[in-house]
Amino acid sequence: MSVTTAPVAAAVPGTRRRNYARRYWWFIAPCGVVVLATILFPWSFTLYMSVHEWKLGGGRTFVGLANYERLFTDERFQLSILRTLYYTALAVVFPMVLGILAALAFNQKFPLRGLARTIFILPMMATPVAVALVWTMMFHPQLGVLNWLLTSVGLPPSLWVYDASTVIPTLVLVEVWHWTPLVMLIILGGLASLPQDPYEAAKIDGATPWQAFRHITLPLLTPFIIVALIIRTIDSLKAFDTIYVITQGGPGTSSETINIFLYLNAFAYYNMGYASAVVVVFFLIIVALAMLLLWARQRFKDAI
Amino acid sequence: MRRLLGRIAFGFSILVLIAPAAMVFLWMLSLSLKNELDNTAYPPVFIPAPPVWTNFEAVFERNDFLGQAWNSVVVSFSATGLAILFGVPAGYGIARMQATRVAVVILIARITPGLSYLIPLFLLFQWIGLTGSVVPIIIIHLVITVPIVVWVMMGFFEGLPAELEEAALVDGATIWEAFYHVAMPLCRPGVTVAVILSFIFSWNNFIFAMVLAGRESRTLPVAVNNMLTFEQISWGPLAAAALLVTLPVLLLTLLAQKQIIAGLTTGGVKGG
Repeated sequence: MSVTTAPVAAAVPGTRRRNYARRYWWFIAPCGVVVLATILFPWSFTLYMSVHEWKLGGGRTFVGLANYERLFTDERFQLSILRTLYYTALAVVFPMVLGILAALAFNQKFPLRGLARTIFILPMMATPVAVALVWTMMFHPQLGVLNWLLTSVGLPPSLWVYDASTVIPTLVLVEVWHWTPLVMLIILGGLASLPQDPYEAAKIDGATPWQAFRHITLPLLTPFIIVALIIRTIDSLKAFDTIYVITQGGPGTSSETINIFLYLNAFAYYNMGYASAVVVVFFLIIVALAMLLLWARQRFKDAI
Repeated sequence: MRRLLGRIAFGFSILVLIAPAAMVFLWMLSLSLKNELDNTAYPPVFIPAPPVWTNFEAVFERNDFLGQAWNSVVVSFSATGLAILFGVPAGYGIARMQATRVAVVILIARITPGLSYLIPLFLLFQWIGLTGSVVPIIIIHLVITVPIVVWVMMGFFEGLPAELEEAALVDGATIWEAFYHVAMPLCRPGVTVAVILSFIFSWNNFIFAMVLAGRESRTLPVAVNNMLTFEQISWGPLAAAALLVTLPVLLLTLLAQKQIIAGLTTGGVKGG
């Protein structure tokens, strides 16, 4: 379902068509006011704040682009970007691979499929804070169930989120657990829409299942894979809840992603102006990805 | 023989796929039903024998859990109700006007990080003295719920043929009548999807109430996070509270799986 495909009321041509359409503004207007107040106002106000030195409780002074310049020299911010990229790379690749495999499995018919699929998608809807809490208990180095599992199969125990070198992969583990179902659902929707004819033709021509997958399924699935990829990238970039609840950016600053850095600057150090500059940069990245998503939807309009 | 082996392998791989999801929730349940001694035992005790209810009792006794649950209910229902009120007509208008640019704004609003709204709205609420109650939390939750509802309804109305309404218009109905009497009754399944998704994402939201809520207006996710900060060692009550918070959402997922899947895959983007 693409944004840009709308039904055609082509019966009314030219200007009359336009006047006819214009009356529908009244349907949008009330919601427009809400969007203006809660969405567009915050966006523009953030832009305004980002060119000020703005301490909560203190005064504010216009500083031009100084906050943005500071971003270029702030090592802590740059490290947070690197961590976010590291986190995002892992949190995109693993759910994509697992999600595609799971979708292929759930596309087969087998007993209790409905139940299995329901269980599989539960993590996606679960309250992130609640889930993060249980993972925190499981990560406990001495009493956690995960280290018991590791040692009982003969592997060395891990410090999980309590060590700077393992904290990000560990947080990614939670993210993978949480969001692989969404990738699975998008790909499964794609699989459901595939035409059957090419497969029959391939069978007649004596293609192996792997060849059929490689040369028919994969190319036809590409639009869905791209959409899932972009959505996963956006979601990983802005991951916050589980990271905040489990580590709050720690130990030290070793799991401080852009979003956590942003939160701390705004609500722990009350540097509203500086935090706003971070928001603006972050926002531009997200908008660029959104445009990519729209482009992909447009490009593969027929398929989705 | 080879087919049988293939089947066993397939069944095993399905088990491997769903095991992590099932295990985490079962472990949550197990922790919530064991006493503190069993919860901190090593090697871990898996099956509560016998199950104890003391953790749940502790949750209800020690904190204002019911009050916080009520806050969550008020916030999620209000934010969802308001979003439906404003968002359903808007989705209709956007679909009928083919207002692509408005749709793009809604899409960007859906995927922008929540923190980018929180900073300016936090300052605004402080200025106008709107703090401490659930009202600012409801208002900021509209940032999540309105885009979801508009997005889902837009897609839904686009899929609805316009001929029926045009027939009504030709017969002399106003566009409002055409919307209310013709389009609305047909879009009930879409509204159901919008309500469920909007409610779940509002219920699950943590960061907004975390910053905006006062002592009296905390929602459940905030309350549970505070428990983690202050009572790091008592796992039983923590797990019990976590389970209670997420239980309504899990039940809703079980009941309305079809609608959720439809809403998430056509809408394409999650909220928050």
